[in-house]
Amino acid sequence: MPRMTMIEAIRSAMDVSMGRDDDVVVFGEDVGYFGGVFRCTQGLQQKYGRSRCFDAPISELGIVGAAIGMASYGLKPCIEIQFADYVYPAYDQIVSEAARLRYRSNGEFTCPIVIRMPTGGGIFGGQTHSQSPEALFTHVSGLKVVVPSNPLDAKGLLIASIEDPDPVIFLEPKRLYNGPFDGHHDRPVTAWSKHELGEVPEGHFTVPLGKAEIRRPGSAVTVLAYGTMVYVAQAAAEETGIDAEVIDLRTLLPLDVETIVASVKKTRRCVVVHEATLTSGFGAELVSLVQENCFYHLEAPVARVTGWDTPYPHAQEWDYFPGPKRVGEALIETMEA
Amino acid sequence: MTDNPAPLKFHVPEPEVRPGGTPDFSNVPIPKAGSVDRPPVDVDPRTIRDLAYSIIRVLNREGDAVGPWAGTLTDEEQLEGLRHMMTLRTFDARMQMAQRQGKTSFYMQHMGEEAVSCAFRKALVQGDMNFPTYRQAGLLIAGGYPMVDMMNQIYSNEMDPLKGRQLPIMYSAKDHGFFSISGNLTTQYIQAVGWAMASAIKGDTKIAVGWVGDGATAESDFHAALVFASTYRAPVVLNVVNNQWAISTFQGIARGGSGTFAARGLGFGIPALRVDGNDYLAVHAVAKWAAERARSNLGPTLVEYVTYRVGAHSTSDDPSAYRPKTESDAWPLGDPVIRLKNHLIRRGLWSDERHKQTEAEILEAVISAQKEAESHGTLHAGGKPSTRDMFEGVYAEMPPHLRRQRQKAGV
Repeated sequence: MPRMTMIEAIRSAMDVSMGRDDDVVVFGEDVGYFGGVFRCTQGLQQKYGRSRCFDAPISELGIVGAAIGMASYGLKPCIEIQFADYVYPAYDQIVSEAARLRYRSNGEFTCPIVIRMPTGGGIFGGQTHSQSPEALFTHVSGLKVVVPSNPLDAKGLLIASIEDPDPVIFLEPKRLYNGPFDGHHDRPVTAWSKHELGEVPEGHFTVPLGKAEIRRPGSAVTVLAYGTMVYVAQAAAEETGIDAEVIDLRTLLPLDVETIVASVKKTRRCVVVHEATLTSGFGAELVSLVQENCFYHLEAPVARVTGWDTPYPHAQEWDYFPGPKRVGEALIETMEA
Repeated sequence: MTDNPAPLKFHVPEPEVRPGGTPDFSNVPIPKAGSVDRPPVDVDPRTIRDLAYSIIRVLNREGDAVGPWAGTLTDEEQLEGLRHMMTLRTFDARMQMAQRQGKTSFYMQHMGEEAVSCAFRKALVQGDMNFPTYRQAGLLIAGGYPMVDMMNQIYSNEMDPLKGRQLPIMYSAKDHGFFSISGNLTTQYIQAVGWAMASAIKGDTKIAVGWVGDGATAESDFHAALVFASTYRAPVVLNVVNNQWAISTFQGIARGGSGTFAARGLGFGIPALRVDGNDYLAVHAVAKWAAERARSNLGPTLVEYVTYRVGAHSTSDDPSAYRPKTESDAWPLGDPVIRLKNHLIRRGLWSDERHKQTEAEILEAVISAQKEAESHGTLHAGGKPSTRDMFEGVYAEMPPHLRRQRQKAGV
C-alpha cells in the first residue's frame, strides 16, 4: 500500500472525489494554479481544469457564500480557508446560512459543502496561524465538525465529508501535515512514511463520520483527544507508565458518545485534552457528557488539559501548547485523586 | 502645513426633512421618460457609465409609453402585470390586517414597490433562480405560486410548507425559482453569484438574480458578491431596490458620498443601470436587458430600482417617528399601480369600471384563499405543525443526540 503524508492523503481524497463525481468543485485562495500554500490541491487544476479547481479572491465570506449558492444549485463544493484563524469573516455565512438552509427551507435547499481549514498550533504560528476554533462550530446546530489525526483517517474522513449531504467543517491539524507530533519539540520529527497510519489506499474508501477510534487501549484512565493531542496523550501515557486508554474522537459533531461512555465506565477516570482555550472550549461539553453519563462510575474529577485562556503567543509557544509533561501531570493527579 | 489647523469636523448625513417638516424631493433629479438610450446588450460597459447616474423611464407624466425602452410587453402581458400588482397590494392589506387581528406575529408590506418584483419576474424563465429579500413577494404572485401556501407560511399552520420553523414571510419555493429567505441581510447576494457560477460551471443556460435593499448594500456580502460576479463573469443580475429607507435610516447613510447605488457597480467593472422602480414597463425592459446579457455569457449587471417605501418597514414599525407622514404623497415617481392603470386606460385597454371590478374580484380571491388557509389554523388557533417537526431537517439524517432530545421532549 502506498505511503502518504497527511497533505498527500487530503489531496488524494479530493482527487478521488473529483474523479468520481463531476459535481465536486474545489476552490479557495491560492488553491488553483499554485496548488495551495500547503500543497493540498497541487495538480488538481491541471487534471480537472479551471472550472473544477480554481483560485478565489481573498474573501472568506465570498468563498463560503458562493459555495452555499453552488450547493443550492446542486454542486458539492469542497472549499479551503487558508487558516482556521481566518474563517471569522465567513462565520455569518456558515452559522446563519450553511448550517440552517436545510432546516429553514424544509429540505427544499440543502448545503452539501466541505470547508477545509488548517488548524492548531505547535508551529510558531503566533496569534493568527495557530488557533483551534472548533468550539465555535460545535455549538452550531446543522454543522458537522471533523478533525483527523493521521493520513489514513484524513483521506477516509474527507471523502466521507464530501459525500455527506450536510455542511462539514473539516479542521486539518497543520502540525500533523508532514508527520505525527507528540509535543517533544526538541526531538527530531518523524515522517508519516515511518508510521502505520501513513499507509493509505490509492482509491476510494471512507471513514464514517460520528465514530471515534481507540488509539491506545488501556484500563486506568480514559483520555479524550483529537488532532495533534492524540499523539501528546499517547506520549504522556508511555512516559508516566499510566495505562491510559486514548480515544481519538475524529468527529466532534455528531459525537460518538457510546465509545466515550463505554471507556469511562471501564476506566472510571477521564482526562480531556485539547489545544484550544479552556473556557467554553469543546472540553467543557465532553466533561459535561461524561459527568451526566458516568457519574456513578467516576472515581476522580474529570480533568482538562488545554491551551490557556490567552491569545496564542509566539515566543511562549511551548509554555502555551499543552505538551506531554502537562498531560502527564494531569494523568498522575487523576490517578491519585 | 498651517500652524493652527481648523478642528476636524465629523460628518453624519441627515435626510432633508424630518417629522413635522414639509416633504421635499425637489433635489431628486428625475430625467424625462424616454430620454435614456437603450444600448445593445453586448455594449462595452465602459461606454455606458452614464446609465448608472440617470433613471431609465418609459411611462411619462401623461401615461404614454415612450422612448427606446418601451415595447417589451404585449397588451395582454401589461394587463396581467397590472393584475399582479393589484393582487400583491390586496394580499398585503389582508395580511397586515391578519397580523393586527393576532392571527400571525409579523408581516411586511410592499406598498409602492409592487412593480419591481412583479415586473422583474416576467423577464425570467422557468429554472432561473431568485435570491430575494423579504420584500419581493411579487416574484411569487407573478410566478403563479399559490396564495394559500404563502398564507399557510404566514400563519405557521398545519399546512405551512416550512413546518412552522420560519418567521412569517420568509418563504421558500424552489420550483418557483425563489430561494429560501434568511433573516440575515445580504447573505443571499453572494449566494446568488455562487448559484450563477454553478450554472456556468455545468454549462447550463439558467441565470440567477440577487436582491438587496438600499440599506443592506452596506453589508460586506454586497462587496463580496460584486467581486465574485465580476471576477468570474457570473450569469447573474444584481438588483438593488432603493426605497429610500432602511427602517428609520435614510438611504444617504448607506450610500455615503456615492452618487447612486448603481454607481457602486462601475468600480467592479460591472455595467450598471438605474431605473424608475415605479414604472412597470421600465422595470420589465431593464430586467429583460440584464437577463439577456447574463444568458448570453456577457456577465453580470447591477440594476438600481429607484422607488419609495410607502408603508411602514414592518408591522413592528411606526414611520411617523422618523419621516413626514405625507412624504409618500410627494414622491415624484408616483404609484406604480396607478401609473400602469392610467397608461392602459389611455390606450383604451382598461377603464375605471374594469379596474374597480377587478379590484373586487381580486379581493374575493384573496379572501377565499385566506379562508382556506385559516381553516388549517393560524399562529395561536387551530391546526399547527407538530413538535416532532421541530427536530426534523436539522441534518439529512437525525443524529443520536437529536434523537435523544426529541425523546426528552416527549415526541
